[in-house]
Order: sequence, then C-alpha cells, then structure tokens
Amino acid sequence: MNESIRLTVDGRVVSGQKGQTILEVARNAGLDIPTLCHHPRISRTGACRICLVRVNGTALKTACTEPAADGMNVVSEDAELASVRRSILEMLLAEGHHNCLFCDANGDCEFQDLCHRYGIEEPRQPLPGRRRTTDTTSSKGLRRNEDRCVLCGRCVKACGEVQMLGVWDFTGRGDRTELTADCGGPVGESSCALCGTCAQLCPTGALTLQPVNGTAPTWETRKQTSVCIYCGVGCQIDFHTDSKGRLLYANGNENGPNNGHLCVKGRFGFDFVQHPERIRTPLVRRDGKLVEASWEEALDYAAARLSEIKAANGPDSIAGLASAKVTNEENYLFQKFMRTGVGTNNVDHCARL
Amino acid sequence: MTNSIGEIPSSEAFLVIGSNTTENHPVIGSMIKHEVIHRGKKLVVADPRRIELARIADVYLPIRPGTNVAILNGFMHVILKEGLYDKAYIDERCEGFEALIPVLEKYTPEHVAGICGLANPDDIVKAARILAAAKPMALYYSMGITQFISGVNGVKSTANLQMMLGNVGKTGGGVNPLRGQNNVQGACDMGALSALLPAYQPVIVPANREKFEKAWGMCGCSLPEKPGLTIIEMMNAAARGDLKAMYVMGENPVVSDPNTEHVIEAMEKLDLLIVQDIFLTETARLAHVVLPSCAFLEKEGTVTNTERRVQFMNKVVTPPGDARDDWWITQQLARRMGLQWNYTRAEEVFEEIRTVTPSYAGITWKRARETKVQWPCPAVDHPGTPTLHKEKFARGKGLFTAIEYTPPAEVVDREYPLTLTTGRILEHFHTGTMSRNSRILDELVPHGFIEMSRADAAALDLVDGEMVAVSSRRGSIRIRLRISPRPTPNVVFIPFHFFEAAANRLTIDALDPTCKIPEYKVCACRVEKLVAGDGGAAC
Ligand code: SF4
Ligand code: SF4
Ligand code: FES
Repeated sequence: MNESIRLTVDGRVVSGQKGQTILEVARNAGLDIPTLCHHPRISRTGACRICLVRVNGTALKTACTEPAADGMNVVSEDAELASVRRSILEMLLAEGHHNCLFCDANGDCEFQDLCHRYGIEEPRQPLPGRRRTTDTTSSKGLRRNEDRCVLCGRCVKACGEVQMLGVWDFTGRGDRTELTADCGGPVGESSCALCGTCAQLCPTGALTLQPVNGTAPTWETRKQTSVCIYCGVGCQIDFHTDSKGRLLYANGNENGPNNGHLCVKGRFGFDFVQHPERIRTPLVRRDGKLVEASWEEALDYAAARLSEIKAANGPDSIAGLASAKVTNEENYLFQKFMRTGVGTNNVDHCARL
Repeated sequence: MTNSIGEIPSSEAFLVIGSNTTENHPVIGSMIKHEVIHRGKKLVVADPRRIELARIADVYLPIRPGTNVAILNGFMHVILKEGLYDKAYIDERCEGFEALIPVLEKYTPEHVAGICGLANPDDIVKAARILAAAKPMALYYSMGITQFISGVNGVKSTANLQMMLGNVGKTGGGVNPLRGQNNVQGACDMGALSALLPAYQPVIVPANREKFEKAWGMCGCSLPEKPGLTIIEMMNAAARGDLKAMYVMGENPVVSDPNTEHVIEAMEKLDLLIVQDIFLTETARLAHVVLPSCAFLEKEGTVTNTERRVQFMNKVVTPPGDARDDWWITQQLARRMGLQWNYTRAEEVFEEIRTVTPSYAGITWKRARETKVQWPCPAVDHPGTPTLHKEKFARGKGLFTAIEYTPPAEVVDREYPLTLTTGRILEHFHTGTMSRNSRILDELVPHGFIEMSRADAAALDLVDGEMVAVSSRRGSIRIRLRISPRPTPNVVFIPFHFFEAAANRLTIDALDPTCKIPEYKVCACRVEKLVAGDGGAAC
C-alpha cells in the first residue's frame, strides 16, 4: 500500500511515501520550510502561502498542500521566494495591529518569528488598517484580540476537527474577513466547551488562554510534562511555571494519548495545587480540635494508636483506603503496608465509585 | 480497555452505552465525534439522557436507567434471529454460546422496548443491524454500565455482544470501559483491592501468598488469607463497631460514597481515623490525624491510564509547607510499625513492583520515563500490548455467559415517583476537592443542580433556576433546578460533586453481589417545590 518515492529538496535526495506533502517529506528529512497556517494536527489548509516552494524549476506550489511526487525537484527558498514571503508578512503586519509589548504571545509567536527571520520592519506602505474584535472578558477561558489575527484558520479547524464543536468560522471577505463565534456574539456566550485547543493552535496572540494563576513573560517560563489528574484518558500536559515556580498555564502534549488535545479540566483545573488552603503541616486532634503538629508527633501518634488497636482488636479491625489519584508506587506501598504492616486485606479504593 | 485510544480511527462503528463520553472522557468523546462526523462512521448511543453524542447518533435509544442488560440482550436477539453473528469466530475462539441462545429467546424487540421504556421497538432492530454490519465495531462504556446491582451482569453482556460479533481481539474493536480517574487502573493493577494482590493475583490462592511472602521477605510471618472488606463494607463494619480504625489516603468517602448520613455516622464511630490528603476534605475534618501530602504536580512517579498505558509524571512544582510524598508517609508509618523499609525514591518502589507484577515486568523505570508502554509487557524486549486477546483470549476461550435482566433495587412508587440517576459534569470531578478549588472551573459551575425535563417540571409547577427539595428514602437535599432537554421524562439527574447539595445523601447503598459496586445510577426520589420562607440558602 505504501509506495515510497524519492525527490530532491535543495539538492538533497530525500525519500517519503506517496500521499505525503512536500512539507511532510522535507520535515521528516530535517529540512526547514517556513509555514504559518499549517499545523500537523489539522487538515491541510493552504491559506497563507508562506510555504511556497519552487517545483521543477518553475511552478510555485504551497508545500503544505502539494503532494510530493517521485523525481520532483524542490527548491525551498531563493531570492524570489524570499521576497514573496516578505511581502505576505508585510501585508499581514500592516493589516493587523501587532503591538507585541501588550501581547500574551510575545516571544512565543510564529508570526513574530517569521518577521524576525525575514527581517521585516515597519511595513513599507501602510494599509488601511481596520480594527477588529477585541474581547478579553466574555469567556472564562479564552482571550480574543483579532487585531493580531493572521487569518490562518487554525482555530476554525481546531474546533471543527479536534474538539468537534465548530465554534469558530470566518465571515466577510477580503480585508473585511473576520472570525465569528457560533453565529456572532461574544465567545463567552457561544457553545464553546473551553478546551482551549484553538488558543493552543493559534500561531499568534489573537486567541490566548485566560490566565489561571498569573502571567509571566514567555521567555521566563519553564515547561515540564506530566499527566492530567482527572479522568482516565491520561492526557499528557505541558505545565508552564514562572521563575518562582508558580503554575501559569497548560498545553496538551502531542506525544500523549491525547495528541495534544485537552478538555477544560486538564486545561484550567490545576491551580488547586497552589491553593492557599492546602494543608501545610500535620494535624492531630486534641481536645476535640485538629491542631498543628510536627511529623514526628503525628506519625508517632498514628502508628502507636494503630498498633494498640491491632493488639486489642486484631488486624481486621483496621482498614485502609488507597487512592486512584496517587501513583502506582504509592498504591503499591499502601497495600503492602496494610497487608504486611497491619496484617489485613481490608484495603480498597474508589474504583467502583 | 481491551483496545487503545489510538485505534479509534480504525473503528467502523461505535456503540456507546452508559458513558457520557464528551463530558466524562472528553478527549475520547471528541475523537469519536471526529470519526462519526468527518469520516462517516456509525454510532449507536443508549443512555437515559440525551447526551451530546446522542445528537449525532444514527440510532439513539433513551433507555430507562438500569436496563442495560435488557437492551444488550435485545441487540443479541436480533443478531441471532437474523444470523448476523460471526459464526467462525465463535466456533474457533469462544465457548458457551449454546447456553446463551435460549436465554436470548424472549428478548424480542417488543419485550425489550417495554422494559427499557422505548417507544419504537424497530429502533432496536435498526441499531442491531448497524452494529452487526460494521466491522470492526467498538463498544465503549463507563459507570453507566457498572454502577448497578446488576453491574457485573452488564459488563458480561457487553462482552457477550462483542464476542458474538467477533469484535474482541481486533484492532478497532473491543470492549472498552473508560476509567474515571487518572490512576484507577494503576491502583487496581497494584493490588489496592481487598481480594487481590498486585496484578490481580487472588489473595485466597496459597501459591500467590507464598510468592509474595517470599518476595516481601516476610521471614516466617504469613499474609492474611481471608479477602478483606470493600469500601462500602468497611463503612457498614464501622457503623456496627466492628471496624475500629481507618487509614484513608487521598479519598473523600464522605462525599463519594452512597448514603452520606450513614457514612458520616460510621466514620464518627471510629476510634482512629487517619486521613492523608492535600486539603482538609469533608472526610479529613472527621479525622484524628491529618497528614499533608503532595499533589500530583509535586511528585514524580507512574500512573496507568484507561488503555493500560504506564505514563510518567514529572515533578513540576515544589510542595507547600511540610507536605510530603504519599509513599514517604506510608513508609514512615510502616517503619514505626516494625517494617524495615528503606525506599529512598519512587524509582526503587517501581523496580520492586516489576518483580512481583508480571504484567509490568518488562517496564523499567527508564522505559516508563522514555516511552509509554501498555501492559501486559512481560519482558524488557516486549513492545507492550495495545490490543488484548489478539490471538486468543487471556483465559484461552472467550466465555459467553447467559444473563437475564434483573430490575434495580429500588423502583419508583407513589411516594417516590421519579428515577434519580447521578454522575459527573464536564467542568467538575468527583468530590470536587480538586476541581472546585480550581478558580476557573469553580466559576464556570459554582453550584450543584438537578436536571429535569420540561414536562416533569411543568407537572410540578417548577421554573428553571428555582430551589427545590429532593428526597429519597435516605435523605433530602435542596438544590437548584435546571430544566434541560436531556433527561427523558420521569428521570432526573444530579452531579455528585457538590457537598452542600450532595447527590449521595439520596443514593442507595445497594451493592452488586459480586463486585460490591453501589447502585449510584438509579434510585427512587421525589422533587418538591419549596414553600415560601423555606428559602434557597442551602446552596
Ligand atoms: S476553546 Fe475549544 S471549544 Fe472553545 S472555541 Fe476553542 S476549540 Fe472550540
Ligand atoms: S484533560 Fe480532560 S480528557 Fe484529558 S485526562 Fe484530563 S480530564 Fe481527561
Ligand atoms: S503553511 Fe502552507 S499555505 Fe500556509
């Protein structure tokens, strides 16, 4: 079924499978073709034309949509291609209103990166810019500033193909094109389920996540991967923290069983970890009240009472509940403790609940 | 799950029964929707509420709560009558089919429609044909199958159907229970169960105990042989005064268990309650000792998801104050009770797990960090097992079990005329300890509610948003009314996350006789208008 093909990209012979695009073959071979509207998790778009390449000496094709063919000769960049890219970027820059200083995506923006790469400065000729929708309050999960929108359509497809709600769509034409949530109206009143996938896939700061616990400049955040604490899908999540270790925001990790997708719980439901009401010290009940104690006191007391009760009433008068929210190692030790330390099989957890 | 999340694109059809997938396992819900909407896959949904997936289903069957066995038998009746079953597969790979045939006889579409409260028996026929025609078809279920006194029977019926259609052991097929908690699979794998040692090795079998006595260096001492108490049985034993002490790690039975009043009463009787948790939960407030533990982002370790994938959790942030890893705390107690434990890192525990848990034997700590293997993985060079029962069933032949429909423990009557079913909502989780302490989730849905059809609300003269009283034989709560197109008439739904309007003050603690799961999904209740001055202060 898989027919393999060989083509030349920038003078290098690379191989791929029939059905792959030029971009896919090139990227698999570690070659870089700039893109903007393309994203591997959604269907092929071909809207921005940043990825134009020269095929067989003449034709300009969008690498993200053009099927790779056996014997093809592809040039990923030359003077003409670079200048086409530059003018696309300039037009996008002129059409929107990209004030990076106030943008959540500053430092983590594909459009900004491309502008740097192609040395774009002030647009040479100003376009009749038109302010579009800014709505940073109606939704509890999304912030929208369409002056930074590059009309790539990733959010439309994120919602329509990944989350499967189809909240976003384009309306209007030409320089009047803009996004609409459901059939108009603020996104906070739409059918949005707050999965945050559109914001995660947005290449600029046009759609961003509401801060959960504060913000920090993107270049000062650290990222670490863990697994969602909620349901059993086991989505892998990249958690971003600031320099003080404060949890800021979460993105779906594309190597997990979730392919980068999350639901509202995984996306926004992690700040309980840094909630001021977390218990910080052991507590022991004295005269009817729970009072702070040292670990030594609390553990000595607990173990002594357990031993007394075991001696007086036998090990089966004691029971333990393990937890579906802690690790395998912790559950394993817990049941081992109940069975060998206490000496009872009275151990269970909430699997049935 | 017998199969993997990654196999969803390989399924030609889906039967979703007793799972509100788009709210409770949303990422899988979206994947199924993608297949149905963009790739034309077939979908049959059976659920008492018109859940989101019902809207895109080829056939939606609004069955009464507690009638899963009947509807599944109904599908099998049609498949049998019309000869749509996979004869070769059954002959070659299964046994016990003959015993099933006579039982299915009476589950005609008309009879089943009567039990399930379906207006049109032909829908059952239509659904059965769709399910039989598509190969492979994947069956997904969740607590809507298991949380009944007939829960085990419901599970066996799903297996009957899938074996009959030859869908077990096929990529894109399978019987796929969706696990409701991040590591409920792992907790079971690790033997946090009263009758089973790690890897589901029954404690009652002497050879298993011997093996563990040796592995755990118990020098002369022996493991207790009598299976222990399950969670609900513990509560009953505590209430009777037979159970004197409980050690609770990261659970909140006061909110999660059925029949709240009874649970609180039981817990208050204990001579010693040790609670190890991240918040002062409703249960921790009753404790004699509270031990502060690390939350998930403060520790490293492995968890196992619904598709048996062992995944690594990295430490992302530092714990507050004096909070410690759960394993550290357990070890401290163990040492004080005479065990010579000396684990210094989670890694050492995991490496020990491998030696006593055959399904994890091939997963080293390093491998768990770098890849995401699915158990069974018996050896370090074994790739793991995405699909179970591929060549043959784990027990050899797939066993059909003839199952009769039995009604739920409590049926409606004049006094309690509505059927109450409980569950979760998209924005919250379990007892709310985590989700309700997360700002955005809490703001999205700050209160509990009862979901009721417009017709039922009109009959009781109730309007959307008003506070109502809901009572069952066990208790009574006040809660906000939400009129919704989702429940079928005479069925109401309450999410159980909200302690101040706790569904489990109403639910019944009747248990499945085999697996002791409580019947959360159905009990009889009554909804009443609050009289003036009776106010809505409760939530
Ligand atoms: S957050 Fe999710 S549901 Fe909401 S618009 Fe974006 S993709 Fe759609
Ligand atoms: S992000 Fe949502 S779907 Fe994924 S594991 Fe968490 S709760 Fe489940
Ligand atoms: S990336 Fe290819 S057209 Fe946008």
